[in-house]
Amino acid sequence: MIGLPHFLVLAGVLFSIAVAGIFLNRKNVIVLLMCIELMLLAVNFNFVAFSRWLGDLNGQVFVFFILTVAAAESAIGLAILVVLFRERRSINVDSLNRMRG
Amino acid sequence: MLTTILFYVFASVLVGAALGVVLCKNPVHAALSLVLAFFNSAALWLLLQAEFLGIVLVLVYVGAVMVLFLFVVMMLDINIAQMREGFTRYAPLGALVAAIMVAEITYVVWVRHLGIDLSVWAPAMPAGFSNTKALGAVLYTDYLLPFQLAAVVLLVAIVGAISLTMRKRAGYKQQDIAAQVAVRWQDRVRIMKVDSEQVR
Repeated sequence: MIGLPHFLVLAGVLFSIAVAGIFLNRKNVIVLLMCIELMLLAVNFNFVAFSRWLGDLNGQVFVFFILTVAAAESAIGLAILVVLFRERRSINVDSLNRMRG
Repeated sequence: MLTTILFYVFASVLVGAALGVVLCKNPVHAALSLVLAFFNSAALWLLLQAEFLGIVLVLVYVGAVMVLFLFVVMMLDINIAQMREGFTRYAPLGALVAAIMVAEITYVVWVRHLGIDLSVWAPAMPAGFSNTKALGAVLYTDYLLPFQLAAVVLLVAIVGAISLTMRKRAGYKQQDIAAQVAVRWQDRVRIMKVDSEQVR
């Protein structure tokens, strides 16, 4: 029988893969954005699983809002990426040093 | 039993697709793997009786956000070899961090669950229960203000994305609304005194 721990561990595995992806693809902004999407998906998984476990609909409402904000975030992120590519002709993270941080 | 089989099938494909996102050389393949991951999560959410969110994940994420990702990936000319620099150097560290996180989460939720029986679900909803209807009832009453704020966030995202990517080309014709409104009739109409001619 599938219980709550199965879903929580699955979400944990998903989140860890996304964190490892940020370590591995630290040059490529597009893959970094995709890894962030994957992390948000893992978090949403926890919300949906707990919502089902408790029989409480509020967790699903929260997932709805996370989806909204994540869509807005990726749209803005990709817009910044396009502007960056126009400026630098590359999307390498190392070329993002104009502010000398 | 069927639920168990479905869970393991969808979960294994989901983890494989997530690994594909992380490990694929080509960003287009990574984006397509992410699409597969979203489809499998939507199926798993259907198993968790979150029907509305499962459908929304497919419609919004696969239909809109991932298409946007694919557009951007294909529009930009990316030097893949340069992007892969340092991949193998950071692979052991990334794998180590991921392994530690998985081990910790598994230990907390599987081994030490503080005596709470996590395998007992809340009673399933009766047949014919509409998840969308229930969610809508909550969303438009208790969460009305956050719902409106989410709409504002989306509007701000639209305006921000458009204003970031819009550029002025040479020879670009554009209306100047302020100049149009501020115009006076004297600028456009000239009254001339013309002597009338006698028609013979």
